[in-house]
Amino acid sequence: MVVWTDKERAAISDIFSKLDYDDVGQKCLSRCLIVYPWTQRYFGAFGNLYNAEAIMNNPMIAKHGTTVMQSLERALKNMDDIRNTYAELSVLHSEKLRVDPGNFRLLSDCLTIVIAAKMGTAFTPEYQASFQKFLSVVVSALGRQYH
Amino acid sequence: MSLSAKEKVIVKDFFEKVSTRSDEIGAEALARLIVVYPQTKSYFAHWKDLSPKGAPVRKHGITVMGGVYEAVSKIDDLAGGLLTLSELHAFMLRVDPVNFKILSHCILVVLSMLFAEEFTPQIHVAVDKFLALLALALSEKYR
Repeated sequence: MVVWTDKERAAISDIFSKLDYDDVGQKCLSRCLIVYPWTQRYFGAFGNLYNAEAIMNNPMIAKHGTTVMQSLERALKNMDDIRNTYAELSVLHSEKLRVDPGNFRLLSDCLTIVIAAKMGTAFTPEYQASFQKFLSVVVSALGRQYH
Repeated sequence: MSLSAKEKVIVKDFFEKVSTRSDEIGAEALARLIVVYPQTKSYFAHWKDLSPKGAPVRKHGITVMGGVYEAVSKIDDLAGGLLTLSELHAFMLRVDPVNFKILSHCILVVLSMLFAEEFTPQIHVAVDKFLALLALALSEKYR
């Protein structure tokens, strides 16, 4: 059972309240595909990923980034039971999409970096700790149904 | 994975551009290391003051960043150029190499935080590769 302190809940809520999902989602996913190019293997049907510019301007990637952020919001709204909230998503990623769970950590590292850019020094070490804890719980829940 | 000639230029140029704030980057990165990854405090048990904004953390962050800049200057031969530092980390400090990855991540977060406009995905990937190769060079003498 994950235990959240009031400070952690407040920090994570505060971070999310400042996010434009379309903007952050697009930036996060495209950054992941550029910084860790092997992750492109899951996006064969997404059109032109030929170079960094193509990735950053790709509308399908942008749309999927928004989808990812909306899913993270579901985890935020169900912070005390992310495991069950994400049970179906975990099955989807393991059975249908067949995503190596290592990639979840890569994407969450990129998200941390995009949010650091957005928030600047407001992204204090304590905020970073709370947010990374949230992401590690999400990543763990996503990896749960793999067998 | 190795750095292309173009990536070496990107890394050198970027670190040159941010060099006036290198102390701040180092101090902030180390502060984040011990706050976000509390297990890393085990290496600093001999410090009286382990507060993230305290003097020992700040001073050491500056030292570490100095090492990063030394590595930038030796980017064409990291293993050779960082031999002494590798021996230090292997035989004296015995820092588990998993922590190099963690510190690299903290450095990237700080760079993104302080230089949001400049830290594009293209620069991010070059710097990430460089830090990974730096870590590898530091691990050279471990076994």
